[in-house]
Amino acid sequence: MLLIECPWCGVRDQTEFHCHGEAHIARPLNPDSLSDEEWGSYVFFRNNPKGLHYERWEHSHGCRRWFNAARDTVTDHIYATYKPGAVKPEIES
Amino acid sequence: MSQDYRLDKGGRLNRSKTLRFWYDNKGYEGYQGDTLASALLANGVHLVGRSFKYHRPRGIYSAGSEEPNALVQLESGAHTEPNRRATEVELYEGLSASSQNCWPSVGFDIGAINSKISRLLPAGFYYKTFMWPGALWTTYEKFIRKAAGLGKSPTEIDPDSYDKIHAHCDVLIIGAGPAGLQAALHAGRSGARVMLIDEKPMFGGSLLTDSALIDGAPADQWVTKIINELKQMGEVTRLTRTTVTGYYDYNFVVANERVNEHLSPNRKAGGPKERLWKIRARQVVLATGAIERPLVFADSDRPGIMLAHALRTYIIHYGVLPGNRIALVTNNDSAYHSALDAHAAGAMVEVIDVRRNPSGSLIDRAREKGIHIHENSTISAVDYRRGKLRGIEVMQLSDDGKAVRGVPSDSRCDLVAVSGGWTPTVHLFSQAKGKLKFLDDQHCFVPGERAVNNQGFEAGACKATWSLSDCLKEGAIAGASAASAAGFESTATEDAPETEESVYGPARALWILPTDHPVGRGPKKHFHELHNDSTVADIALAAREGFISIEHLKRYTTTGMGTDQGKTSNLNALTVMSEIRDVPIPEVGTTTFRPPFTPLSFGSIVGHDRRELFVQQRKTAMQPWHNRNNAVYEDVGDWKRPFYFPHHGESMHDAVQRECLSARTSAGIVDASTLGKIDIQGPDARRLLNMVYTNAWSKLAPGRCRYGLMLNEHGMVFDDGVTTCLAENHFHMTTTTGGAARVMGWLEEWLQTEWPEWQVYCTSVTEQWAVASITGPNAGKLLSKLCGQPLDEESFPFMSMQSFSVAGIPARVFRISFTGDLTFEINVPARYGLALWEALMEAGQEYDICPYGTEAMHILRAEKGFIIVGQDTDGTVTPMDLGMDWIVSKTKGDFLGRRSFTRSDTARSGRKQLVGLLTEDPSFVLPEGVHVVEKLKDKPPMSMLGHVTSSYMSPNVGRSIAMALIKDGFNRKGSTLEVSLMDGSSHKVTVTDPVFLKSGNE
Repeated sequence: MLLIECPWCGVRDQTEFHCHGEAHIARPLNPDSLSDEEWGSYVFFRNNPKGLHYERWEHSHGCRRWFNAARDTVTDHIYATYKPGAVKPEIES
Repeated sequence: MSQDYRLDKGGRLNRSKTLRFWYDNKGYEGYQGDTLASALLANGVHLVGRSFKYHRPRGIYSAGSEEPNALVQLESGAHTEPNRRATEVELYEGLSASSQNCWPSVGFDIGAINSKISRLLPAGFYYKTFMWPGALWTTYEKFIRKAAGLGKSPTEIDPDSYDKIHAHCDVLIIGAGPAGLQAALHAGRSGARVMLIDEKPMFGGSLLTDSALIDGAPADQWVTKIINELKQMGEVTRLTRTTVTGYYDYNFVVANERVNEHLSPNRKAGGPKERLWKIRARQVVLATGAIERPLVFADSDRPGIMLAHALRTYIIHYGVLPGNRIALVTNNDSAYHSALDAHAAGAMVEVIDVRRNPSGSLIDRAREKGIHIHENSTISAVDYRRGKLRGIEVMQLSDDGKAVRGVPSDSRCDLVAVSGGWTPTVHLFSQAKGKLKFLDDQHCFVPGERAVNNQGFEAGACKATWSLSDCLKEGAIAGASAASAAGFESTATEDAPETEESVYGPARALWILPTDHPVGRGPKKHFHELHNDSTVADIALAAREGFISIEHLKRYTTTGMGTDQGKTSNLNALTVMSEIRDVPIPEVGTTTFRPPFTPLSFGSIVGHDRRELFVQQRKTAMQPWHNRNNAVYEDVGDWKRPFYFPHHGESMHDAVQRECLSARTSAGIVDASTLGKIDIQGPDARRLLNMVYTNAWSKLAPGRCRYGLMLNEHGMVFDDGVTTCLAENHFHMTTTTGGAARVMGWLEEWLQTEWPEWQVYCTSVTEQWAVASITGPNAGKLLSKLCGQPLDEESFPFMSMQSFSVAGIPARVFRISFTGDLTFEINVPARYGLALWEALMEAGQEYDICPYGTEAMHILRAEKGFIIVGQDTDGTVTPMDLGMDWIVSKTKGDFLGRRSFTRSDTARSGRKQLVGLLTEDPSFVLPEGVHVVEKLKDKPPMSMLGHVTSSYMSPNVGRSIAMALIKDGFNRKGSTLEVSLMDGSSHKVTVTDPVFLKSGNE
């Protein structure tokens, strides 16, 4: 079970959190201007890397806040957690 | 029988406390401090069970948690437990256990015929034989389950209680042998919070069976001294009888403490039977020791054959000498300890050593005692007859150790002890994603690189450190280093007490010992895996059939898949495969070690989370009334909702029909408190509603309500509900009962991650409001009575909300409808919910007000064609598929899911669409979920048009009604289709509009 640092609450057990997949996917500002392919890519397609992955997490059984985490999908090592809107940290993995 | 094999002295027993126990209904005696295994051996009982597959007689093979054979059914009735290892079951007064997997008795077992027909039961037998035809599996399964399997699971409710506890520490030390004790001492001295855990009833590990001196005194004294110092440290927690079963990410460790489990089920002591510890440690020190590795020879599975170190344990720790004439067979020096101890205890001892010219101090000492050593020899046959080991045949080995030569010499003995060296216990290290490395010179796997999140150290025999003084030194360093890594001041030193050392000579890399037939041929069997009855010949067969990957080998031969997880067999299986394939062992690989290290009881996993504590039950404020009035409940999420309210002797069907009729003809009342309710406030509240709903919210005036559909970005409906404008920047949103948390999460997700600059605050108020919904032609009159004002179309129009007192209770009243008839949803603070309900029931008497449940509620809405999200939709349905284009704004601009409407798949014609179905026979109610086809053919395949989503008998329509999602349904209205029923028959249906009842106008 992972230990995850909520940027607001501190370090907590994984059971308090939900993972919501890839982070840093902005909703298109003007969906009508997108081709079907572009919109489909926004709605359906996500990266599934082996290694470093930037993800969205929700402290669902805690403060209910969302945040981002940089996690290695192989080792489960979490390099950093940061608030939404913060700059994506550069990680050398 | 009275403990004929008990030594006059020795062992850590309380000999003043004689305990009586029963095994297979026969009475025996043992002492406090015994295990079931040691007590049975003290009484000369070796045969304790039958093997898994061939039903071969099997005996006690070890003295610890690695036991593959001596699995027993402990106790009977509600307290019974299967597959308990006799080597771990501590004896108590009145203990009763029985052998498993044999019928009618362990001595005469009908299943033993499997042994005679073993040629017909090769490895992979089940896979090969029962593959086809699949339909017959259910027939095979009954026989297989009966013939295989181990003990019997209990059929009564477990009367014991089980506990769970969370703990945090700086340094967790697993294993309290010499290395673990030293680690605890040195970590503890730094002031760190330390936990020391060991699976045995007392600390000491290998020192409990070692005659070595530490600082010139017996090891016991040193152990006591360390424990006393640890007791003085306030931050050190010591747990005995506690098995670490799993080591997970970020140093999360699960351990099972057997609190009262070693006592009689009739114990009076308080506290739980077992306690599951969930421990988060900064550093984990593994001092898990090692398990002796067997030698495999012809029929080496017979009762009376055990591991050499187990023999030593029984002598030193339990004061039992399990045989009088003992033959040790070994490829290394450590077995000589056992030989010397057995000799000192009075046994006649001989050693069969597979090595040429074994030499060294231990061997010299054995020779001095007159112990005969057969050099370069092996056991070529075992004489086991009439339930007893009677002797062995010894033969010379060929130069390569793969064959025997010369003539066999008979040797009488009643016990054989085997040693193939030691296998470090790396299970936990490997569970924690650590990489193992193979030591060629030691012939074993040891911990290599740790996983990045599971930091700590290893010490002692678990990393193939065999000498006592080295173990003591490593323990000190590991403990100090762990404390230091956890942020405590501690300097690692090789501070260790003085010990005397036995220097070991080299071992011979030979574990599978030959006989006069090639291995796998002839009548004798070489079992490398006792628990699951797997032989060396099975591995060869697996290799011949291409199952050379170690993961395939494991599953094909079931090696290591027993409840012992192959603790004694895995490395020998690897060795055999490595020889067959002629590749080094690391290339064969090793299977993944998985939790639990030893089996956990279900009780321990479940803990207190049973019966009413298993799932939280949510109850509305009105439930006391429902209880008093005979409600039958339905689970909706965690809620208990009244399903229907039967009158005395009334069937569900009759009750529901009555409730539906009453609600339409006079007045009905339903408890709607469970609907999700979200309070939304802020200047950007309308902006949020415009984005999450398909229709427009910019102009909704205070006091007005609007129905909305919520879509995900795929354009698919996922929730619906009515939202009301309370004030310019203040809204009251309702959701489906099951979707409340999901919708709340959905709003927060967008507000927090996409629109953080918007000023909107969402608060769940589901629990704060109790809701009674009254419906029917008399609903208005009833409410008028209780609020003291007339309620007409003009003063209180449809789709509006007003705040006033109802029966003296401050209320928000919504005139909205889920029945299609005049309805008022009366919201009051939850604490007034019951009072409101009772007042409505009393005032409603003159209108014969009828409380109705969820089933009637579903029928009433279906009569009007109203959808239930999650029943009539399934995540693939757009508003257009529901025929609800009217709710999709074409002008307000963007909202979630909108862009997906023009995706080719969403925009295409012929999608499944929601329609009504009327059966040919109006009294026939279609089962929900049945498939609809154009014309039923004799047999599949035929193209499915869709399925029935809702189906009821409607008393108000006067016939059965159904809703269905049908391909191109809108264009099929008026046409006749067929549904296929479970009994093979079919029924004709006509496609209609889903609004079945035209009366009622809301």
